[in-house]
Amino acid sequence: MKIRRYPVAVILTISGYFLATLLNVILPQYADIKTKTYRLWILMVNRNDFYRGVVILLAIGLLIKGLISRNDPKRRSKYIKDAPLQFALGIGLFLWDFLGTKTQIFVQPFFPGPAQILESFLQEGGFIFNNTLYSLRLYLFGFLLGAAFGIGTGILIGWFPKVYYWVHPVLHITGIIPAVAWMPFALTLIPTAFWAAVFLIVICVWFPVASVTAQGIAGTPKVLLEAARTLGGNTAYQLFHVAIPNALPQIFSGLSTANAFAFTTLVMAEMMGQPGGLGYYINLAKVWSSYYKVFAAILIMAVLFSLITELLNQIQNRVLRWQKGLLKTEE
Amino acid sequence: MKEETILQINHVDRVYEDGDTRVQALSDVNLKVRRGEFISLIGSSGCGKTTTLRLIAGLDQPQSGEIFLDGEEIRGTDPRRGYVFQQGALFNWLTVEDNIAAGLKARHVYRKNRHRIQEYIDMTGLSGFEKAYPHQISGGMAQRVAIARALVNDPEILLLDEPMGALDSFTRANLQDQLLELQKKKNTTMILVTHDVDEAIYLSDRIVIMTPRPGKIAQIIDVEIPRPRQRGGTEFLMLRRKLLEKFNLASADPQPEYNI
Repeated sequence: MKIRRYPVAVILTISGYFLATLLNVILPQYADIKTKTYRLWILMVNRNDFYRGVVILLAIGLLIKGLISRNDPKRRSKYIKDAPLQFALGIGLFLWDFLGTKTQIFVQPFFPGPAQILESFLQEGGFIFNNTLYSLRLYLFGFLLGAAFGIGTGILIGWFPKVYYWVHPVLHITGIIPAVAWMPFALTLIPTAFWAAVFLIVICVWFPVASVTAQGIAGTPKVLLEAARTLGGNTAYQLFHVAIPNALPQIFSGLSTANAFAFTTLVMAEMMGQPGGLGYYINLAKVWSSYYKVFAAILIMAVLFSLITELLNQIQNRVLRWQKGLLKTEE
Repeated sequence: MKEETILQINHVDRVYEDGDTRVQALSDVNLKVRRGEFISLIGSSGCGKTTTLRLIAGLDQPQSGEIFLDGEEIRGTDPRRGYVFQQGALFNWLTVEDNIAAGLKARHVYRKNRHRIQEYIDMTGLSGFEKAYPHQISGGMAQRVAIARALVNDPEILLLDEPMGALDSFTRANLQDQLLELQKKKNTTMILVTHDVDEAIYLSDRIVIMTPRPGKIAQIIDVEIPRPRQRGGTEFLMLRRKLLEKFNLASADPQPEYNI
């Protein structure tokens, strides 16, 4: 399908979601389930109201995005390109709602509809929020400490041949071991569960970051270091103004890899002996066969981890802007 | 008028050892360079011309013999001896302007001298590209940045290691003229390593012919053609023929590889 006119793209983008909302209102509840009403601030809502509200907000958000993007050629063409996909997502939501909630053709309680999943937030939104904060805190401590140690040791290994000789083999062997394998030690040796989990994330971030940083530093072209020398740069200048900036693209690729490892380790650590966090919440919900809550936690993870990854990408693009043809020069 | 010697190379030897193989890169090299002179080192690959340049820069040390700049023995690198590398060796993460400023910043004299950056940008014809990154500019411009970066330190001597080797002939001729202009303005002594006979004749006051195995100086030729020189002029062509003939005789390699 080729869309030529921008308004068509905007309408197509939001119409799928409006259709999903409309059909949720029109179609009766075929399957026999009770609908509870919850208090949301000053409103009394049931799960269907909440679901419709969320979908409508999503559609309004996309409408605003469409209006903002209309004068930016790059965003505009991206928006047009995404329009059929957005429409399909809206239709997908409707089908899911129909099969999961309305008719319950999907096997229950394993595959709840979207409204049931969102009901978790009505039931215990505060609790989910606290667990999300716990995960976020764990992630931040673990990732930032791990990245700092990783970049630090990587620079030392890459720059000083002596350090490379003694430390690199250790890194090489221990780097292969999945961080969660250290869990029994972490849980017994570190006094609090929180710091034990931080320790595991630090380990899983440390090794990949250290290893690629070392590669990047050690691989600095000799001619660049010589150029710095002839310009009057001392050893510190050669390290901080040549070797490290030159290794930054590799350091960032190490951070991206480590970021993915950190999510895995985070959730696994939380599922095995943490007093909070989204992994902990999944475990708790599973015990009560509340699979809709499991899905709610997965939904939060998807959003949270995407945002973190996007933030990392933004920082990378900012720091490595010299790699891109962002600056136009007139020839 | 007796001209002042700025650089003196006395009986320099340089041997590279790699396991069992032993390569005599330089054998008993002697050279005196006068202040403000333009010297070309020319010869086939392996004749030690780049090695000589690296020794002058202090990037490498001779096994025996000494090199003096202004009567002071060369021990290591010094910003007073600027160096322009074959492929420019620009810092890709810095803009044109920051690349040129690198030497001033490395020596912690940036604040006092920041006005010099613009001066050299203008002098090398890079105005308008101050904020461009190295991958956004052409090869010829990149070499001009490399030259400006070395000159902003106000070196007494500029060492150029085939800086124009990778450029097309128009860009090369342009850059050659700019180099001469810069030299005239600042009276910087320049030593150029090149493969190109024409380039050597066009630019140099003296041409040093080197031969390989072991690398040594075979002959030094004075270029007495008045400036500005005509690339197609009679004197130019005569010297060129003379040089090429000398070359064939001087070279141990029967099939030398020159860009003519």
